[in-house]
Amino acid sequence: MTVKDQVIAIIAEQALLEPEDVTPDSTLENLGIDSLGLVESIFAIEEAFDITVPFNANNPTESEFDISTVASIIAGIERLRAEQSGA
Amino acid sequence: MKRVVITGAGTINALGHSVADTFTAMRDGVCGIGPLDIRDVDRLQIRIGGQVKGFEAEGRYNRQQMSLYDRFTQFTLAAAREAIEQSGLTFTGELAALSGVVLGTAGGGVSTWDDNYRAVYEEGKNRVHPFVVPKLMNNAAASHVSMEWNLKGPSFTVSTACASSNHAMAQAFAMVRSGMAPAMVTGGSESMLCFGGVKAWEGLRVMSKDACRPFSANRNGMVQGEGAGIFVFEEYEHARARGAEILCEVAGYAMSSDASDIVMPSKNGAARAMAGALKDARIDAADVGYINAHGTGTAANDKTECAAVADVFGPHADRLMISSTKSMHGHLIGGTGAVELLACIMALRDGVVAPTIGYQEPDPECALDVVPNEARDAAVNVAISNAFAFGGMNAVIALRKI
Repeated sequence: MTVKDQVIAIIAEQALLEPEDVTPDSTLENLGIDSLGLVESIFAIEEAFDITVPFNANNPTESEFDISTVASIIAGIERLRAEQSGA
Repeated sequence: MKRVVITGAGTINALGHSVADTFTAMRDGVCGIGPLDIRDVDRLQIRIGGQVKGFEAEGRYNRQQMSLYDRFTQFTLAAAREAIEQSGLTFTGELAALSGVVLGTAGGGVSTWDDNYRAVYEEGKNRVHPFVVPKLMNNAAASHVSMEWNLKGPSFTVSTACASSNHAMAQAFAMVRSGMAPAMVTGGSESMLCFGGVKAWEGLRVMSKDACRPFSANRNGMVQGEGAGIFVFEEYEHARARGAEILCEVAGYAMSSDASDIVMPSKNGAARAMAGALKDARIDAADVGYINAHGTGTAANDKTECAAVADVFGPHADRLMISSTKSMHGHLIGGTGAVELLACIMALRDGVVAPTIGYQEPDPECALDVVPNEARDAAVNVAISNAFAFGGMNAVIALRKI
């Protein structure tokens, strides 16, 4: 499974949707994921990719990790994997 | 209905090992938050806390006591001694039979759980110390206070996360006010600053990595603390008859439940608790000079709390002072309301309002007088202390100068 497919699977599960309903330009908000769901999604991503995501629920939009769309999350994960590989 | 006063106070927290030291630190705007000194801190993302320093159980408690006293019990017993000795009460006869202990804690013996899970899971041991259960149970601290001071009346422990102490003190107050008990020992304690305790909080992604800056636009989360605050609540005529020194009056309280979300606060629930406490105490909102805020330093709490204050107090919200001392001692979780009650006592008794330190940038959503960075001299006749817990359970206590 590609990073994109894995992320979409994680987010779809959180949003109680089918993966086909989650597209790269979806936002978490329009998928109906609230703040607790967001924290759980970040945790699931960290577990799936063995990375640490710099994310603070107090200011999610100002974190280094861009969560504005599914595509930006995928890009962020790819960057973190490159940075944290072997760590 | 009886009137209720506070005739003894004791504490241990990151700002000091006594009430006097804590008042001095609050007056000076001291920050008790610093790097955590705990096992495996290098495996934590969050490495700061309001840790109690220089408190050695060895020498203070004997070997038998050490095997029964988790750190939260140790803190409780130290603070209870200060409070009860200050009150001058000796619990014998009917006074002992009727007076009890109601304390708050969210986690109880967290480091006992942590140490023993580590022993069986990580180190593979198949045997733990025989006193693990009586050491970690949430009511252990209340029980040891009752045993040490011969308190034989109604005693129990209340657990409502971050509002535990306020709920506990509300219960103690209600018992004295109704005439059920002539005096009650109350307050709360917490000691979660161990690897498992911090790791659990870290998971929620609401902790700050650098500082607790309540109400500041650049706040980025809460910081945990530890310690205890213990008080003697006494029936007013009982205290007066024996010429006791009275610190202040406990005038009323209210409790409310948001019934909405397990972690997100509710303006309505907070407002109902504050308004209810004023009504219970028969205090006019315009008489409130100081609010000790719940003020955790999270994005959600601080703006919700300020909006609730504006709702309850109307135009007077701009005239009263509201500060969060968590900026100095951290968030003591189940013990926090008890330590924060001290800031109310200092305002009423000494006319000194503790500051919100670490305040850097005004937030339009928290546009109240948050007493930024420096303590202020002011005559305060009525103060309230807020606690709004995860789970949406709120308790507010109203105090009056006497």
